[in-house]
Amino acid sequence: MIRTVDLCKYFDGVKAVDGVSFSVDKGEIFGFLGPNGAGKTTTINILCTLLTPTSGEAQVNGYDVTKNPSEVRKSIGLIFQEPSLDDRLTAEENLDFHGIIYDVPKDIRTERKKELLEMVDLWERRKNVVKTYSGGMKRRLEIARGLLHRPTVLFLDEPTLGLDPQTRNHIWKYINKLREDQGITIFMTTHYMDEAENCDRIAIIDYGKLVALDTPDNLKRLVGGDVITIRTTDDEKAEKEIGEQYNLNVRRDEAGIHLEIENSEEFIPQFISSFSTKINSIHLRRPTLDDVFLKLTGHEIRTEEASARDRMRMRMRGGH
Amino acid sequence: MFWKAVYVICLRDIRRFFREKSQIIGSIARPALWLAIMGTGFNTVFRSPDAGNYAQFLFPGIIGMTVLFTSVFSAVSVIWDRQFGFLREMLVAPVSRTSIAVGKTLSGCFQSMIQGSIIMVLSFIVDVTLTPLIIIKVLAIIFLISFALTSLGLLIASRMVSFEGFNLIMNFLVMPMFLMSGAFFPISGLPAWMKSIVAVNPLSYGVDALRGVILGIHEHALATDILFLAGFAIIMTAVAVTAFNKAE
Ligand SMILES: Nc1ncnc2c1ncn2[C@@H]1O[C@H](COP(=O)(O)OP(=O)(O)OP(=O)(O)O)[C@@H](O)[C@H]1O
Ligand SMILES: [Mg+2]
Repeated sequence: MIRTVDLCKYFDGVKAVDGVSFSVDKGEIFGFLGPNGAGKTTTINILCTLLTPTSGEAQVNGYDVTKNPSEVRKSIGLIFQEPSLDDRLTAEENLDFHGIIYDVPKDIRTERKKELLEMVDLWERRKNVVKTYSGGMKRRLEIARGLLHRPTVLFLDEPTLGLDPQTRNHIWKYINKLREDQGITIFMTTHYMDEAENCDRIAIIDYGKLVALDTPDNLKRLVGGDVITIRTTDDEKAEKEIGEQYNLNVRRDEAGIHLEIENSEEFIPQFISSFSTKINSIHLRRPTLDDVFLKLTGHEIRTEEASARDRMRMRMRGGH
Repeated sequence: MFWKAVYVICLRDIRRFFREKSQIIGSIARPALWLAIMGTGFNTVFRSPDAGNYAQFLFPGIIGMTVLFTSVFSAVSVIWDRQFGFLREMLVAPVSRTSIAVGKTLSGCFQSMIQGSIIMVLSFIVDVTLTPLIIIKVLAIIFLISFALTSLGLLIASRMVSFEGFNLIMNFLVMPMFLMSGAFFPISGLPAWMKSIVAVNPLSYGVDALRGVILGIHEHALATDILFLAGFAIIMTAVAVTAFNKAE
């Protein structure tokens, strides 16, 4: 359904997308996971024909995005990261605009409009001008709009950003149903790890490059088992001791010492009885995609603004 | 699909147009004020052998002015759409960019015709009589002027990504066009350098045609005005559509 080969997009000096290749099958939910500025939106913009790639190839629904953009546009639906509603029109008028421009027949349009507006809980407010909506309501309306013409491939750029869990659940249920009924293919980006776990496969992207591509479970397996966090009276000494006694992946930060381990249930009692530094607490959890990301890239996904700017600068320097 | 896109783009703009109450009030109040104040103020100093009083002379000029502003604003609303994201909704839709550009142009024309009709209702202020035939001719001329000017605006808007250039356009294109169109004074007595600007200004042909149809006073034959406007409109549309197709 989607295929890219060595896709690149450079913005004067910034390598936003840098040699990305992947393919997505029909009916798959494919996730693009990466920090701010990783190149997720740029990739989507190329796939939906809004940007032309600097080099490389991209196909959607069998059509090349540069050679056959109109066929591509017929196949896709989009929910943009940034707002794209006309806020002087009502919810219903926004949907009508969309329905007409995508050539959805009037009776089907009327029926779907009701179904979708009810799904996102905006039916009562349909006659209100969008300007009077809250941020979350606008987002819900955009999602409803993107689904109105029943696209073959749906692109969702951080679709549920800022939505409450209940609404998120609603939307995911609807999307999963569409996939079952119609085999719709979904390409989504996110930097929410829990949302990424809804995907069949996940590509992790950082600095415009793919660093991993697999199912969520396989990705988690990249992390050596469970993650144990230990706090002691003297973390520095404890780290050294662990390093001497066990052949483990050890990392220390303000939160404590983090270990990755296969059979944690057996390890913990043995560890406690033989450890000489005083232990304040032990915390055990299953690996998440957060850990995977950290492992693969060496940094956390939720970068603060300042460090994001540093990264920008670094990349500018590294660019051609 | 082409005409559906054109239709829905016009529909949206017209809906927005009628939703802005302040805009509608303004579109009645502004020309009324111009006619009442300027028309009275300059009446005493205005001497023209063939035009009656100044307010009447001014009347077609005010229609021309309104068409100019309506057309340009309607075209540059594309910049707003780009800024607020709605343009993307149009650009990823399975319709050609040409249909979007044509939709925008026609929507500018319709808005100008609505505004023009409002001013025609005000003709009683200046004591000008409009027969149904004149009204139809005026609307047709408005359509033509607006077609030319909206395409020009669209050409500019397709090159502009922010509002910064907007003031530049207003000061160095729209205002001179407006002042040197013969809307306020007869062009026959102007110095040569000004005349040459008037001669390439599409709005001066528009105002001339309007004045000819409404008052029977003109510089050029109606056919000349129409030909110039139509030629300008066709070339501008072609260039604007090309530019719009190329823009990212
Ligand atoms: N039009 C543009 N001009 C110049 N640089 C751009 C442009 N669009 C994106 N970039 C740069 O390309 C890089 C990737 O941006 P992109 O929007 O694809 O990131 P993202 O992964 O979607 O991030 P986020 O999670 O913040 O949405 C960034 O460094 C950004 O500054
Ligand atoms: Mg993004």
